[in-house]
Amino acid sequence: MDMINLTIDNRPVSVKRGTSVLHAAAQVGIKIPSLCYMKLEDLNIENKPGGCRVCVVEVEGRRNLAPACCTDVAEGMVIQTHSMRAIHARRTVVELILSDHPTDCLKCAKAGNCDLQSMAQHLGIREIHYEGEQSTFREDTSPAIIRELDKCIRCRRCEMMCNEIQSVGALSAINRGFNAVISPAFEMNLDHSVCTYCGQCVAVCPTGALTEVDHTGAVIRALSDPSKTVIVQTAPAVRAALGEEFGDEPGTLVTGKMAAALRRLGFNYVFDTDFAADLTILEEGTELLNRLTAFLGGDKNVKLPMLTSCCPAWVKFFEHQFPDLKDIPSSARSPQQMFGSIAKTYFADKIGVNRKDLVVVSIMPCVAKKYECSREEFSVNGNPDVDFALTTRELAQLINLANIDFKSLPDEDFDHPMGESTGAGVIFGTTGGVIEAAVRTAYEVFTGKKLDRLDYTELRGMEGLRHATIDFNGLPIHIGIAHGLGNARKLLEDIQQGKSHFHAIEIMSCPGGCIGGGGQPYHHGDAEILKKRQMALYREDSGKPIRKSHENPYITKLYEEFLGAPMSEKAHHLLHTEYFDRSKS
Amino acid sequence: MADYKMHLLVCGGTGCNASDSEQIRDNLLTEVEKHDLNDEVQVVMTGCFGFCEKGPIVKILPDNTFYVQVKPEDASTIVEEHLIKGRKVERLLYKDPENNEPISDSKHMEFYKKQVRIALRNCGFINPENIDEYIARDGYAALAKCLGERTPQQVIDEIKLSGQRGRGGGGFPTGLKWEITSKSVADQKYVVCNADEGDPGAFMDRSILEGDPHSVIEAMAICGYCTGSTKGLVYIRAEYPLAIQRLKTAIKQAREYGLLGDEIFGTPFSFDITLRYGAGAFVCGEETALIHSMEGLRGEPTFKPPFPSESGYLGKPTTVNNVETLASIPVIINKGAAFFNSIGTAKSKGTKVFALAGKINNVGLIEVPMGTTLREVIFDIGGGIKGGKKFKAVQTGGPSGGCLTNSFLDTPIDYDNLISAGSMMGSGGMIVMDEDDCMVSIAKFYLEFTLDESCGKCTPCRIGNKRLFEILDKITKGLGTEEDLSRLRSLCKVIKDTSLCGLGQTSPNPILSTLDNFYDEYLAHVKEHKCPAGQCKSLVKYTINHDKCTGCTLCFRNCPVGAIAGEKRAPHTIDNSICIKCGVCYDKCKFDAISVS
Repeated sequence: MDMINLTIDNRPVSVKRGTSVLHAAAQVGIKIPSLCYMKLEDLNIENKPGGCRVCVVEVEGRRNLAPACCTDVAEGMVIQTHSMRAIHARRTVVELILSDHPTDCLKCAKAGNCDLQSMAQHLGIREIHYEGEQSTFREDTSPAIIRELDKCIRCRRCEMMCNEIQSVGALSAINRGFNAVISPAFEMNLDHSVCTYCGQCVAVCPTGALTEVDHTGAVIRALSDPSKTVIVQTAPAVRAALGEEFGDEPGTLVTGKMAAALRRLGFNYVFDTDFAADLTILEEGTELLNRLTAFLGGDKNVKLPMLTSCCPAWVKFFEHQFPDLKDIPSSARSPQQMFGSIAKTYFADKIGVNRKDLVVVSIMPCVAKKYECSREEFSVNGNPDVDFALTTRELAQLINLANIDFKSLPDEDFDHPMGESTGAGVIFGTTGGVIEAAVRTAYEVFTGKKLDRLDYTELRGMEGLRHATIDFNGLPIHIGIAHGLGNARKLLEDIQQGKSHFHAIEIMSCPGGCIGGGGQPYHHGDAEILKKRQMALYREDSGKPIRKSHENPYITKLYEEFLGAPMSEKAHHLLHTEYFDRSKS
Repeated sequence: MADYKMHLLVCGGTGCNASDSEQIRDNLLTEVEKHDLNDEVQVVMTGCFGFCEKGPIVKILPDNTFYVQVKPEDASTIVEEHLIKGRKVERLLYKDPENNEPISDSKHMEFYKKQVRIALRNCGFINPENIDEYIARDGYAALAKCLGERTPQQVIDEIKLSGQRGRGGGGFPTGLKWEITSKSVADQKYVVCNADEGDPGAFMDRSILEGDPHSVIEAMAICGYCTGSTKGLVYIRAEYPLAIQRLKTAIKQAREYGLLGDEIFGTPFSFDITLRYGAGAFVCGEETALIHSMEGLRGEPTFKPPFPSESGYLGKPTTVNNVETLASIPVIINKGAAFFNSIGTAKSKGTKVFALAGKINNVGLIEVPMGTTLREVIFDIGGGIKGGKKFKAVQTGGPSGGCLTNSFLDTPIDYDNLISAGSMMGSGGMIVMDEDDCMVSIAKFYLEFTLDESCGKCTPCRIGNKRLFEILDKITKGLGTEEDLSRLRSLCKVIKDTSLCGLGQTSPNPILSTLDNFYDEYLAHVKEHKCPAGQCKSLVKYTINHDKCTGCTLCFRNCPVGAIAGEKRAPHTIDNSICIKCGVCYDKCKFDAISVS
């Protein structure tokens, strides 16, 4: 292997050619501070604009300081990362950023989670020597994301996620010099742009410039209103990440504690979105089998591949970018919306509460869910099926507000009937999970046989684009998986060009799936956290007594008592939806 | 050109154009026609002659009569007197500033005496819209020579031997740049001409493109041949409509003559050029920003390496050369590396074009051998300071350069000398300041420019320059402290040390050089709250000397804000709390009764 020898802070270092000074230093335990730089290992996500200049180091023989993040090592290089000159420059640069930053840390949504704040602490900045005008921008509120650009430090992470990873193209740098900022074109509002609300910009924003719309106040109000029955559903990925907000190791499962906390918060019924995930499998799986059977029977009108439709950002993405393909995704609503729809009909009837007095709150790893539940088609006479969608982070906030010592909580169960779920529902929270859950059911329904093994490891992993062929009793079913909308785009373009050979494709907007959602505890650029969350979900799945959606007894009961059969007229009305061409809006 | 007995060359550069030179050309044509001289006299619109101070210029060949400050109505006189009667129109001749004697031939003028024109060789000589005129002056001979007689490496070696360095500001050896691209392996490579001239007061590249577009086209083709590129792109700012139009015409003609396109001169080499328009961002002169702009992306620089020679336009190896660099290439090939190499200093070879501007008598475009001193340029060629005032400083290198004082006047101009003097060559802007200029204000002016032109990508340039500007602004308003001066210097150094691209790395130069050379002036602002040059309005106070004031009321009547009071025929007074320091009273007073302090 081509190795390069250099000296960093008087220590000999030997690294592969092409390694950056930043990474070379890290290999010998020298942690050069960096701010705009971000890398999610194994997810092919790297932000390296070389713009913040915090990571500058002194390189012998070089006229000026070198940014460690984008300077590659060279043979014989002699580097000082903590010379007076480097430290002075680094501190000055951070002081300059602070001089153009609001000092409202005490009440900032990102306080304690802010990379800039940490950096200022790390460098021991106690005084800002260069004060002057601060750049000010109009605050922009959308259904899911708030942009408070006075706090933007132009790290360009959001822009990179939006363009390179998601290929959405809603955000880019505009204006020049001191007025440069990241914005939708022509400074339009985010909700007028092609933004999908995937929230990956929020997930990577180092400061409080991009945050989710806060619905905790509305939920508290509902909880304290005696005329309301307030029920809650929690998405699968939340249980694998919520503990991080309370100091747990990433990958700690807190399902039981979460249920206990929600009960203590005063929710009348604590349910699980996993239940709705099982329901989704029955609807979506049946739809797939119907399409597949028709296709195999020679029906020319049937469209394959079928695409999953659980992810609201993905739905908005194809509505904007691929409206010509809007009849390809499954018409099944997302688990959140199926839950809301069943809750406000079947369950409301069961407990004898008028839908107007029933408040459905969802806890989601996602910011797009806030947008999804506000879509007009998911309401009846102005009353939404899901009233409020909170992020994992907002739930942690609520738990803190309610003086709950999360770590000392006992494990409790979800309530019935909508709290019962299978392992198939749990893995909805990771890339590959929805399709694996669908395969478990579809295989048994299609072939009439029992599955020998339930773990489809060929569908698992973190690669952005994956594919596998599953043998349905002699019939090879080709499956594609994409997470990250940029990867999804590639599969969609193949479909447009007639090059796709898949029968079914699972698409999740966020890298890693919902575990990497925009509403999850901040990963601060550590991809290991996402992998640990993923493993936690598979752990939960394998520990479940029932692991196939169609075996969920409460789902069976729901069909018997209320819906009839999957894809029945009632199911169609309550559990399916249609898509809109947003390319012109 | 051979059939005509006489040629009337009318300057068609942007400056003369703005002073009606097209009308002059039309009137001359009418007059020539009127006197039935069509077969004997040709009227040609050329590129810039360089002597912009005295434009519009009309030159008559073969006798080399050089008429200055010609007006459209002078056309009939020129034709009737000079062409028909053979008498020079004396009132239109240039007058020697020394003795007021008319000088007829430009080569006897101080402005031209010390110039050596390589890049500007055809400007003011040929009609830039006629390829035949370019060919008549050895045009495309260099391309023919390269394609017919030499291997690409031989041409590169010749350029390397000539010692030519990039004229855009960086001073990187041109031959080496070409060699790196030629050695990069790729299915497609590009040649880019950087015509994004953006320094305040600089118009070298524009004048070359307006006056001799074929020289750039020929050089780009030669570069394409050497580097293995088949596609050329000219990145030119849209504010240069005349240059764009002439370039377009030239490209079209070159295609018609088979000098661009497939299998040039019957060789396997094919090359063609397209134009890309810039929107006028200064930072797009930086090559990576330029490339991003051409790709349709935001015009902002990225970290180098990779250098464009390895990964440039669309990720392909790309040679980016400045207009002036390219314009000299055909001469190097035609006359040989030794010719070029013999001109200049040890490490800076050939000539350099400068745009003289500011408080100098002969504003214009000049080309001098490297090694010419600043004194020769400013006092001999430039004719000294306007209005007989004292020379104070000269800014070279535009907003990236520094202000050089008296003590540097005898420094031979080359890349290295200017850098060790605390300035830089830059692309060739040269702005002269006199005793009336406040150096703090000058530094502030340049900072304001960089502030506007920063792309905003990196922190030091985006926020640091803003803070520098704010400190300077404070000082010019009399609110600065000595501590601000040390803060200024410290921040300047960090910005130079940490900025991403050349713009930020050099933006503090005007401050650092004025701090070095005019520290007293800064001190006067912060300690005594005075502007020695009387330029900083906030620090200026107008007072009426009651001994001299006659009470004529002229100042009272002209003051736009009513700050002056007084009875008729009695001394007046200025209320400084109202005064906006516009200076109208000072200008209007006939009795020298108003003083500025």
